[in-house]
Amino acid sequence: MNRTLYDKIWDSHFVGTRSDGNSLLYIDLQLLHEVTSPQAFEGLQMAKRPLWRVGANLATPDHNVPTESRELGMAGIKDLISLEQVETLNENCKNFNVQQFDILDKRQGIVHVVGPEQGATMPGMTIVCGDSHTSTHGAFASLAQGIGTSEVEHVMATQCLVQNKAKNFEVRVDGLLEEGVFAKDVALAIIGALGTAGATGHTIEYRGDAISALSMEGRMTLCNMSIEAGARAGLVAVDDCTLEYVRGRPFAPKGELWLRALESWKDLYSDDGAHFDNTLSLQAGNIEPQVTWGTSPEMVCGITSSVPDPMAISDPVVSESTRLALGYMGLEAGTPITDIELDQIFIGSCTNARIEDLRVAAHVVSGKSVAKKIKRALVVPGSGLVKQQAEEEGLAKIFVDAGFEWRAAGCSMCLGMNPDQLGEKEHCASTSNRNFEGRQGHKGRTHLVSPAMAAAAAVAGRFVDVRSFF
Amino acid sequence: MEAFVLHTGFAVPLDRANVDTDQIIPKQYLKSIKRTGFGDYLFDSWRFLDSGEIGMTPNERRINRDFVLNEAKYQGASILLARDNFACGSSREHAVWALQEYGFKVVIAPSFADIFYTNCFKNGLLPVSLSEQEVDALFVCAKQDKRIEVDLEKQCVSVEDQSEFYTFEIAENLKKKMLSGMDDIALTLSQSELIERFEAMHRENQPWLFRE
Ligand code: SF4
Repeated sequence: MNRTLYDKIWDSHFVGTRSDGNSLLYIDLQLLHEVTSPQAFEGLQMAKRPLWRVGANLATPDHNVPTESRELGMAGIKDLISLEQVETLNENCKNFNVQQFDILDKRQGIVHVVGPEQGATMPGMTIVCGDSHTSTHGAFASLAQGIGTSEVEHVMATQCLVQNKAKNFEVRVDGLLEEGVFAKDVALAIIGALGTAGATGHTIEYRGDAISALSMEGRMTLCNMSIEAGARAGLVAVDDCTLEYVRGRPFAPKGELWLRALESWKDLYSDDGAHFDNTLSLQAGNIEPQVTWGTSPEMVCGITSSVPDPMAISDPVVSESTRLALGYMGLEAGTPITDIELDQIFIGSCTNARIEDLRVAAHVVSGKSVAKKIKRALVVPGSGLVKQQAEEEGLAKIFVDAGFEWRAAGCSMCLGMNPDQLGEKEHCASTSNRNFEGRQGHKGRTHLVSPAMAAAAAVAGRFVDVRSFF
Repeated sequence: MEAFVLHTGFAVPLDRANVDTDQIIPKQYLKSIKRTGFGDYLFDSWRFLDSGEIGMTPNERRINRDFVLNEAKYQGASILLARDNFACGSSREHAVWALQEYGFKVVIAPSFADIFYTNCFKNGLLPVSLSEQEVDALFVCAKQDKRIEVDLEKQCVSVEDQSEFYTFEIAENLKKKMLSGMDDIALTLSQSELIERFEAMHRENQPWLFRE
C-alpha cells in the first residue's frame, strides 16, 4: 500500500491496541519545561511510579525565565511564583535523574529550539512535549505533537501515548518565493487560507518545491505554526538538507550508527499515490509579506492590503468576530496595513529565534536605527547557543547599535509569563505565533510578522513592505 | 478521575467562535505547580476588568457586568455552550481544570480543538459536539432558563419540556473510558509486556534512539 509519511511513522511506532480499543503509540523523546510538567511529576510521585525510560526525557526551563541578568541564575527570577516553578523543575529533574539544561547552562533555551540544536530531534522519531508548538520538530520528518499534562504523565509512566490516528492533510506550496518573503509568511498565508480549525483532526504534510527550497530553520517555522491551523503535527519529508543539519550534533549517532540511521531514514517521505484526505495548494509567487490585524492567526493579510470591514462580511459569525477583533485591536476598517503604528518590536519565540532569523533581521536593520517612537525593541535568541553564535557573527552588535535590547534566551514576550510584556493598547510587531487577546500582556495588541518585517517595522515605526529592503 | 454517566443542569451561552485557551485561563495563572486553584480565574480577562494575579479572589476584582458568565441568571450553570473551534491554541490542561473547578461538567459546541478535546477525557469533563443548528437551538433554550440533560450512555442531549432531542457522536473507546472513569496509566501498564516487547524490537532497529 502507498503510505504517507505520517502513516509510515505511525506504523513504525504502533505498539498495539489497548484492552479498551485505544491505540498505543511509542514515544521516542519527551521534552519537558517548567510550566506543564510539575503536575505530571507530582502524579507519578503520588502513585509511586518510576519514569518508564529516563533517557527518553530532556528538560529545560524556558517560559518563566527572565531574559535580563541571566548571570544571576535562579536569583535573577524576581517573581516568586515563577521561581517556585523553575525550582520545581530542578528538583524533579534531580529526583528522577532527567537530563536538564538549567537556567545557567549555555544550552538552555526554548525547548523547540534546543531539541533540534542538540540533535535530540532526529528523523522518523515520535516526539511529545506539554506544549502545542511541539509541531516544530516535524520539520525533521518526525511526528511531534503537543500534549496535555495528563498525557505528559502517561508518557512518563508508560512511554506511550493513547491516541487515535489522525487524517492526512497535504499542503502544497509550489513555485518560488519572492525576495523578502519567508517561511513565516508562507505559514501565515496557509493559516489565512485554512482558518484556525482548517486542519483539526489531521496531520499536515508540507510539500512542493517552495517547501524543499526552505532551510531547516524555515521548515521549523512552518511546522511550528501547524497548530495554528488546528493540526497537532506538521511534517516535511527527509532530504539532504535535513541530514546535513542533523549530522554531527551532540545527540546524533556517529560512525557506524550514523550510516545505519541514514539507511533507516531514507524512506521518510510519502509514497507516490499515497492517499491524503484533504489538500490545499498555494503558489509561492502569490504570497506577500503577511501581517495579522486581528486576535487570531487566521486574521491575516498581505502588506499591501487593508484592515477588513466587518460590515462587508456576509457570514454573521465571521463578521462578529471581525468586529470584536477590530475593537480589541483599536483598528478602523479600511486602514492600510502600512498605516498601523507600532509601540514595541519583539524578535524571538520558538517560531523565529534561530540563527537564520536573527541574520535576516540584522541584515534589515544594519546601519539603521530603531524609530524614535518605538518604546522598546527586543531581540531574544531562542537558546544560549544561538545567542553565542549571533554574538560571534557580530549580529548582536548590529542590533544593539540600531537601538535594540539584546537579551538572554527564553520564551519572553511571546507570552509574557516573565517580566517582558506589552502595556495596555500597545501595538507590537512580533515574530511569535499567537496574537490572541492579552497573549503578550494585558490588553496588548499583537501583529504577527516575519523577522524581516519586524526589523523593517522597527526602523520605520510602522509596517512597511520589507521586499524593498532586499 | 470521576466517571461521567449523565448530567442535568442549566447552560450558559458563550457566543464567540475560536475561543482560545489563553482566554480560558491566561498565562499568569499557569505559574502554579498545582492542579487546583484555577476556577477563580476562568475567562479572567472577560470576567474581570482589572488585570489579575495569582492569589487574588473574585471579590477583590472589578467584575465585568457585561460578560455572560457574570449575569445573575447564569450563576450555577454547569453546562457551557460555545461556538466553533472551542479551546484552540495552547495545550494547557489548566483550561480543563479551570472549567471544571468553576463548576462545568459539560461543554457543548459545534467543534473543539484536538488537544483540548483529548484533555477533557483525561479529567472527566465531557465535550459534546452537535451541529451548528442544534447548538443554536440550545442557545435559545439556555436563555430561557431551560434545564438541559446530557446522557452519555445514550449519546443524547435533551431539554426539559421538549420532546426534541439531539444525539451526538463520540468514539466508542473514549465513551467507555469516560463512563468507567478508569485510570489511564494503570490501564496501559496492565499491558506493559506489550510495550516491553515493542521497545526491545525498536531498540534493535534504531539503537541511536536509546542513548542510555
Ligand atoms: S516561545 Fe512562545 S509559543 Fe514557543 S514555547 Fe515559548 S511560549 Fe510557547
